[in-house]
Amino acid sequence: MFRKLAIIIVTSILLSVSANAGSDGELALKKNTSKDIKETKDCFEKLNRATFAFNQGLDKAVIKPIAEGYRKLPDPIQSGTSNAVKNLSNLITIPNNVLQGDVKTAIINTGRFVVNTTVGLLGTIDVANKMGFPKYEKEDYGQTLGAWGFGPGCYIVLPVLGPSTIRDTGGSFANVFGGDPFYNASIHGNNEFLSEGLFLTTKALNGIDFRANNIESFDNLEKNSLDFYASVKSLYLQDRENKIKNNKRGNIDVIYSDEEDWEEINN
Amino acid sequence: MKKLFIILLILNLNGSFAKALEADVFVQKTVNRASDVLSKNISKEDKINGLKTIAKETVDIRGVGFYSLGSIRKNLDKNQKEIYLNLFEGYFLKSFSSRLSEYTNPKIDVVGKKVLNKNYTIVNSLLVATSERPEIKIDWRIYTKDSENPLIRDLIIEGLSLARTQKEEFASILNSNDNNINVLFKTLEEFSKN
Repeated sequence: MFRKLAIIIVTSILLSVSANAGSDGELALKKNTSKDIKETKDCFEKLNRATFAFNQGLDKAVIKPIAEGYRKLPDPIQSGTSNAVKNLSNLITIPNNVLQGDVKTAIINTGRFVVNTTVGLLGTIDVANKMGFPKYEKEDYGQTLGAWGFGPGCYIVLPVLGPSTIRDTGGSFANVFGGDPFYNASIHGNNEFLSEGLFLTTKALNGIDFRANNIESFDNLEKNSLDFYASVKSLYLQDRENKIKNNKRGNIDVIYSDEEDWEEINN
Repeated sequence: MKKLFIILLILNLNGSFAKALEADVFVQKTVNRASDVLSKNISKEDKINGLKTIAKETVDIRGVGFYSLGSIRKNLDKNQKEIYLNLFEGYFLKSFSSRLSEYTNPKIDVVGKKVLNKNYTIVNSLLVATSERPEIKIDWRIYTKDSENPLIRDLIIEGLSLARTQKEEFASILNSNDNNINVLFKTLEEFSKN
């Protein structure tokens, strides 16, 4: 009970900080405009850079070697793992579809989850995709908060987990506060099939699968960056903006929050 | 005399048609050129040199350079601008060609375009999926002020703008060093040398 209360308090504080930081002390809840996006501040830059350096060290020593090993596994094992963890993410996506008012997509994703979990052997085979379901787009509580008008707040780098914002970190608290049915069933489910170990394993596999799919991209980015920390920050924030706006292709207004800057440059 | 006039008119019309280059056609031609270089059985160094040549002809390096610099460009004197553009070109060509040289035999199809205004058109394309990577959406920001000579000003890969990333990277370096442009010059120079 005390733990839950502590989580509520911390989440509330984080969310209020997030809203205020995103709006410079004006209205806490308002439409998310490109002006807000431009103002994602790096309030804890020194700490963030230190955490980023720690994460890079951890990545080189542990995560990347594991991801490289994972890539050597037979393709069916890799794709099966990737499909299974993606399928589980539906359990977070579906409530967020509903919270964002997208009931139609929630129904489609529920169908996808049911089909893949049953016919697709616990999600290891993406049967729904073969049946012609629309392309799956993940949603999370951070995106929902963004869609509701909460600004991102300050940019933060979390140990192990990597780039985030105050809003997105606050949103992820919802997962352990009843928002993730798989977490609830694994940690509090009291059943013989699911356990805390299984939950943590799926999360770890999710991270390794992501890292394995991006080994060359990260290497290339690091090699060609003048300031790798700043590059990762920029790409993370652009990606979140696109996801919150549900942009399939980058919306020009979001990509260039300073479009007029291009207009000034004439040859 | 009338015949001569008609011939001249036709020649002139043909000339006009030949000069104007649609943004989507320009992008497809450019990616085909790059694809040819990457598909050739030549050394990586030769591929990089080939890509640098294409970039010099098709990218508005000066425009991208000033955009990446942000508002601080307004405070630079003529000499500083010259130094910057020179250093930026070295950095850009190395970074750009190095990024692209990792791809082997890429196939990019132009699928559409959106004219933003007389100066800009966004061209949509797809990097075709292979067994090793999924399909990737690439949008191109084309500067069309000179319709006879369109130029690339940005690549937007899966919604992520390279120019914006570069601009924020430069801003971070400047902010960490009291907006001292010489620090950025030194960083660009070191990158190009290494």
